[in-house]
Amino acid sequence: MSEHSKPELKARPLSPHIQIYRWTLTMMLSILHRATGVALYAGTALLAWWLLAAASGPDAYATVQAVSSAWYGRLVLFGYTWALFHHMFGGIRHLIWDTGRGFDLKHVEILARITAFTPPVLTLGVWFAAYLYLGAF
Amino acid sequence: MADMRTPLSRARGLGSAKKGTEHFWMQRVTALANIPLMMFLVGALVVHAGSDYTTMTGFLGNPFVGVLMLLLIFSACYHMRLGLQVVIEDYIHGEATKLLALIANQFFTLTIAVACALAVAKLVIG
Repeated sequence: MSEHSKPELKARPLSPHIQIYRWTLTMMLSILHRATGVALYAGTALLAWWLLAAASGPDAYATVQAVSSAWYGRLVLFGYTWALFHHMFGGIRHLIWDTGRGFDLKHVEILARITAFTPPVLTLGVWFAAYLYLGAF
Repeated sequence: MADMRTPLSRARGLGSAKKGTEHFWMQRVTALANIPLMMFLVGALVVHAGSDYTTMTGFLGNPFVGVLMLLLIFSACYHMRLGLQVVIEDYIHGEATKLLALIANQFFTLTIAVACALAVAKLVIG
């Protein structure tokens, strides 16, 4: 089982990988669920920065406020809001599947559409409300 | 090879059962907890979109808010540690790199949890 006893490598046929298949919504959602999960993971550093700054004092907090109200800060937070809702809805879909329900083709498609299209609407709604509280309108 | 199991474990006859599902189970439990806790955080941030330092720290200093924030921090960090562990195991195949990535995952999630928890504790207790 050492490296020396490896049999000669031959080019074996491989099963088709994702680029072979026609793209479907369910495929896309599966990938996005993982991608948003990883993005949310990295973004918790921002949550820690915000809380530590609030606990540190007004000067540190002013820096957070300056960055979060700049256009790039807003853009990141907007993306983070969407990622959060997307991952949440994807997660709820998984919790429904965990009960053994929703596996037939019809319900898979219905759940996929809800998971794909509700989060953008919620994200826009949340940001509209936030700008209301900011006094923008 | 000698049987490494304890006599009690043999008598119970359960094999390794009741432990193997812990990852799966805790992923679901924390997922469920994250739903209301995250909705609370998003709602709080929306309402405090225009708040200054004093208002914000006053809100975060409320013990009820502090409890929800601590629950959110621990549930979210536990959940994301499990999640990224699976991602690492799926994509990183070199044994040394994989182990280092898994350890980094533990360190990062615990650091975030401790940092957030300490900040919340200071905001509540002063």
